[in-house]
Amino acid sequence: MAEPIIKVQEVSMSFGPKVVLDKLSFEVGAGETLAVIGPSGCGKSTVLKLLIGLLSPDSGHIIIKGQDVVTFSEDQWNELRKEMGMVFQYSALFDFLNVSENVAFGLRQHTNKSEKEIQTIVTKMLDMVGLPGTEKAYPAELSGGMKKRVSLARAIALEPEIVLYDEPTAGLDPIMANVISELILKTKATLGATSLLVTHDMGSAFMAADKIAMLNEGHIEAMGTVEEIKKSPNPFVQQFIKGELFIENNRKEGAASEQSK
Amino acid sequence: MNRNLNLLCEAVGKFIVQACANTGKIVILFGETCRRVNEVNLTEMLRQMAKLGADSLPIVMVTTMCTGMVLAVQTAKEFVRFGASDSVGGIVAIAMGRELAPVLAGVVVAGRIGAAIAAEIGTMKVTEQIDALKVMATNPISYLVVPRFIAMILMLPILIIFANVVGTIGGWIVATNYADISSYSYIDSIRVFTEPWDLIGGMIKGAFFGAIIAIVGCYKGLGAKQGAEGVGVATTASVVLSIILIFITNYFLSVILFVQGG
Repeated sequence: MAEPIIKVQEVSMSFGPKVVLDKLSFEVGAGETLAVIGPSGCGKSTVLKLLIGLLSPDSGHIIIKGQDVVTFSEDQWNELRKEMGMVFQYSALFDFLNVSENVAFGLRQHTNKSEKEIQTIVTKMLDMVGLPGTEKAYPAELSGGMKKRVSLARAIALEPEIVLYDEPTAGLDPIMANVISELILKTKATLGATSLLVTHDMGSAFMAADKIAMLNEGHIEAMGTVEEIKKSPNPFVQQFIKGELFIENNRKEGAASEQSK
Repeated sequence: MNRNLNLLCEAVGKFIVQACANTGKIVILFGETCRRVNEVNLTEMLRQMAKLGADSLPIVMVTTMCTGMVLAVQTAKEFVRFGASDSVGGIVAIAMGRELAPVLAGVVVAGRIGAAIAAEIGTMKVTEQIDALKVMATNPISYLVVPRFIAMILMLPILIIFANVVGTIGGWIVATNYADISSYSYIDSIRVFTEPWDLIGGMIKGAFFGAIIAIVGCYKGLGAKQGAEGVGVATTASVVLSIILIFITNYFLSVILFVQGG
């Protein structure tokens, strides 16, 4: 594996009595795309929020680009966040700004680029996500798929080293979901960014990821390349990939067959 | 009986603890806002000044004009009966300048703008826009709270100047038409009774009320819970708390500015 850019080491996190992450550990190499899959409520989005500093773990270490970020101050986080981008599940576009202003937001806040340079980058980013000519539109005038693409354009406008995707294909039709997955691949190819993709859309995970980690009840149930995950003997993984019901039955059957071996 | 008493004590205790916690959080937000005043985005501040201040002018003027007229209706005839008709203008002007214009403008703006601030920021909170700001290395207090805070502190005193002028004109219309007080007498009594401090004191109050409305609106918005209902609750709570704090602060400011200071 390439040199890890993100290392999550024995991270635990609880909300009240509910344990969301239980000594979770994984690594993401430079330029790799790791898809974190798992059932709803298994802690996938919590992982992303920990990696971007919106939450702090109860215990464990999170090392990003060689720095343990668990003890970071807000100012230290803000420095690191300039090298990170995030696409939110519901896009989270600023509804008081138009598309162009949304994409230009980070550039205006954190760079000294001239207005002409900013507009050039905005146009380039919107072309890249297939939305030329939408600069003046407001988020309320866009469809769900368009919002996701603007959100991606905004996230990558500063050419971050790390891009985090929170359910980027949720709520989209299969064709638009594929368009977004293609864009994730294109972003990786263009920027060479390290990406972490949280999704329960297996099609998107298989298409866009180099590796997949299956999260269940706060720990990694299985982790490997796309092919390894597809062929995983773990009944929970197979059940999730195929969208089958009766997890507990599958688990018991799986355990029984392993014992008989 | 004992059980009911326990429940009552528990409820009162919870309320006091909650009130203390909220007060503490508002003070922390206020402190953080003051600390970040130098990080203000001027474009955003001007946008907020137009939105929060200028757009509130019509409603503030209507409210204070009607109040000035009512004040004159209630005082003019009685003052004429007791031979004090040459005091009506001064009484209206002092009442408007020291109390009515700042408090009414504060209450009207709390209802209109405090609610708008809480709803806007609350909606941003529940749609992850606040998280998006943080992720983009932008402090939400610098970007959202500071411009609104400064805009309100600057605009409310200006609204109060207009409120004073319009309220006093309202009183003049009623006094001259309803109580047969001459324009000269009305205007001259304003000159005799009032001092610049009556207007300045009212404007100082306005700056405090503006700060209260902005901080409470932002605090409630930033604390909005998930969903549309949470935004509604935050909006209502913002208006109620702002108005209560305006009345409480007004008492202390009146004592400091016009009793001890005057």
